[in-house]
Formats: sequence, C-alpha cells, structure tokens
Amino acid sequence: MPGPTPLPTPETAPYWEGAAAGELRVQQCTSCTRYYFYPRPFCPHCGSAEVAWRVTSGRATLVSYVINHRTFPPSDAPLVIALVQLEEGPRMMSNVVGVEPLPENLPLDLPLRVTFEQRGEYAIPVFTPAEAAR
Amino acid sequence: MSTTSMHGGGVAIVGASETTEIGSLPGISTLDLHAQAARNALADAGLTAQDVDGVATAGPFAHEVSHHLGITPRWLDGTMVGGCSFMLHVRHAAAAIAAGAADVVLVTHGESGRSRVGVGGRGPNPASPQGQFEAIYGANTPYSTFTVPALRFLHERGLEREALAQVVVAQRAWAVDNPRASRRTPTTVEAVLEQPPIAWPFSKDMCCVVTDGGGALVLMSAERAADLPAADRAVYLLGSGESAEAPMVSQMADPGSFLAFQRASAEALATAGITHADVDHLMAYDAFAHLPLYMLEDLGFVGRGESRDFIAEGHTAKGGRLPMNTNGGGLSYTHTGMYGMFAIQEAVRQLRGEAVVQLPGIETSFVQGVGMFFAAAGSLVLGNRRP
Repeated sequence: MPGPTPLPTPETAPYWEGAAAGELRVQQCTSCTRYYFYPRPFCPHCGSAEVAWRVTSGRATLVSYVINHRTFPPSDAPLVIALVQLEEGPRMMSNVVGVEPLPENLPLDLPLRVTFEQRGEYAIPVFTPAEAAR
Repeated sequence: MSTTSMHGGGVAIVGASETTEIGSLPGISTLDLHAQAARNALADAGLTAQDVDGVATAGPFAHEVSHHLGITPRWLDGTMVGGCSFMLHVRHAAAAIAAGAADVVLVTHGESGRSRVGVGGRGPNPASPQGQFEAIYGANTPYSTFTVPALRFLHERGLEREALAQVVVAQRAWAVDNPRASRRTPTTVEAVLEQPPIAWPFSKDMCCVVTDGGGALVLMSAERAADLPAADRAVYLLGSGESAEAPMVSQMADPGSFLAFQRASAEALATAGITHADVDHLMAYDAFAHLPLYMLEDLGFVGRGESRDFIAEGHTAKGGRLPMNTNGGGLSYTHTGMYGMFAIQEAVRQLRGEAVVQLPGIETSFVQGVGMFFAAAGSLVLGNRRP
C-alpha cells in the first residue's frame, strides 16, 4: 500500500528495524520498569538512561479514532486513524485495517492486534481487530 | 524605574485590529496580512511603527515582521506554539513591559490560510516524532489529527456525537448577525448531524472555516496608556497562564482531557485574583467542535460531563450566563490557521463595547487558546477596568 514513509533517526532506527522483522518494539526503563513510546534514549518518566528495547505482545485496545473521508492521494478510501493503547501501556497513533471502516465495527476499547503493512522499504505497524487476526 | 506589574492591570492593550477584510484574500501575502493588521492596530492606538520597540509574532520570524514594518526593535519574541502563540505573546509582552525590556510591543498575526499566498510547504519533517509516528498514518491534517481524541471524550461522559452538533448550533447563532462571519446561515443539530462526514464523527460544520486574514495588538504600560487620546478604550491584562504537553496527539497524558488547559487557566485565574464567577465572557478557541467541550470542563466553568448540557441549555448563548465565542468562533466567524489572535480581538471589542453583537455591561473576559492541536495552551484574563 502506498503512503508516506518515515525517516528514521539513530534513536528510532531499532523501532523500524523491528517492524521490518515483524516485531513491534518499544523501550522499557530498567530503573522504573515503565514502558514508553516514542523512542528516545532516556526514560521520560524518571529520566534514567538505563533503558532497553522490548518486543511487545502486539496486543492493544482502541482508545479513540476518526474515519477520515477526506484523504489525499494516493489513498482514496476512508481511513481509520486511531489512537491505540498497547498492552504494555504506551499509546500510539495507527490505522485500524482489515475491517469495513464503519462506526458500528469500531466500538471503543475493541481488542486489537498489530500487523504490518509494507510501504516501500518500510514495514508500518498497523492494527486489526483481534478476532480477525490470523 | 517603573513599578509596572505584569498582571493586575499594569499593562494595557491600547491598539487592536484585524485586517480590513477577512475571508478570501488572494491578493495579499501572509507577510503583508501581518503588515496590514499591524498598521491598522497602530492607527487604532493613535501610534505609528516608530513608536514600537518590541515585536512578537508566530509564522514569519519576529525580525522579518519588524524589518518589514520599519521597526527598530529592542525586544523580540518568536514563540511559536501554533494558534495560541498570541496568548503567550501578550503574556510575554506584559512581562517585558513590566521588566522595562520593552515599552511598546506589537503582536502580529497574518495567514493566507485559504489562498496560500506566500506560504511555505505543508507537513511535518518526516524525521520528527510527528513525521515518523503520526503523519504516516494519515494524521497529517488538522481534521484528521486534532479530532482523534474526541470519541474518547464523548464515550467517557456517556455523550453522543450530537454534543458536537450542539456546539456548532450555538456558535452559528452568534455568527448570523455578524457580516464579517464566513458561515451565517442558521442551522440545527439534525442538519449538522446529517452532513456527510469529513472525519467521522466530525461533519463539515463541526470543522472550522479556512480563511485568509490577520490581526494585531499594541501593548504598553497602563501608566503610559492613560496619556493616549483613546485612553478610555484601553483593555487591561489582569492575569495569564501558559502550558504545553506533548507535541503529538497520541501522546496526550489523557485523551479525554487536556491538562495544559487546566494548568494555564488555573494560573490565569490565580494571577488575576478572580474566580470563575467573575468571568462575564468566554472566548474558547474552536478549531473543531469538541474543543469548547474540553475547555468548559478543563477550565472548570462546568463539572466533568456537564459541557454538552451547559451549551444545549443556552448558557453560552445570547442572554446566557457565560456568553461564549460571540463572534461565531472558528467554526463560523473565521479561522486562518492560527485563530488565537481573533479570539483576543473579539474579547477586546466586547470589553470596549465595540463588538458587532455586543454584550451589555461586561467587565471581564477569559480567552482560552490552544495550539499545535493538543500541544499547547495559553490563557488570558482581560478587563476594561484597572483594578
């Protein structure tokens, strides 16, 4: 699927390398044990630089979303732009795919599972309803 | 040495004006919208550019606007936090004037938001956190990003999409009699809900208009303002506050509430030494219909979950106890891309008794700004009497 691609920085490269390997990786602070997103080389909660990359479970829930009907080329179908919360705690923006983009299919708190969409050289983490995941 | 204080009426807005026209202005660039607004505001104050020694703006650099107008500045502020930058500029200008770092400050806004004349490219740097972690998902326009948390807000309070339409209807009622407003046709909750969605749950009229225009303010010490020919039109800064949270909507601490609204507004009320009951008029930056709902609750004018009923019951309408967005707001009046300047302009007009739809006998206005989607907040308490 076409669309904008990220431009990784040294600090975010492990996230995108993980995505290319089919893993959703986030960082965990080994001092205060909290997970955080987006990537940075220190914990935004406690300030510790003792942080490590973890592979998440890929499970998440739907926190909020819009169904964008005014999309720009190359995308022309309604797009679900969603705020999701990972099982590990952090929230991230994403898309919900693999489901007809209608409000009745997208109740808040819907369980989701990560999947990856290949866009050029990048794999983009997106989410699909958990029961629809293979 | 002056003994001007930053808050409590020590600093006055002595000039305030929008561009001569707002709406669709394909013949004027962004930079010259700044200049036209600045010249109008200086004329309103009975001053010229030669009287100005401080310039604050967002969009172009402060030194670009300063040089364009022929000003030799000794104080510059380029704070850029999106549409509420001007609330912060007023606050910073007051601090500078109180500190003796500037005497006469010009705050300008201009934006060719509709016609895009003299405007750079759109979109975030693809290496920024927004570029890497939000824009790739289509969260790259205001209507597909700023809007994302709204369903959570409604869900947590047991509200429906209809609450957004209530905001639109209330705003539109103020705009109907305002010839400068972009959307003036009366509407109903049903009509707003039936429009095709732009980004569901938001229909077209739940999203702001997109216009060209600008506005500017001139500030000086209240002591000096007393010597101006139009001293009786001065509007005083009573209190102010500012705060910021995450630069990305997805990283808000609480999607159902904006903590920066709470912090900035609390400081504004505290520095003004007033309570909610003292506020006669509220300008609540409404780029999208969910924002007045967040603001009424986060600012503490109503309790959690009470914002929809407060609006639906008419408390923000003409004759209500807290008239809100009396120019029609961003949803109906104008929105160039950085609406904060227009919210301040309407508060000044109301306090001067010069608004198109004028409220009787008001003394205190609260102006709440938001910027860069749910990233920054700026709050002002303005009054027409020096305490």
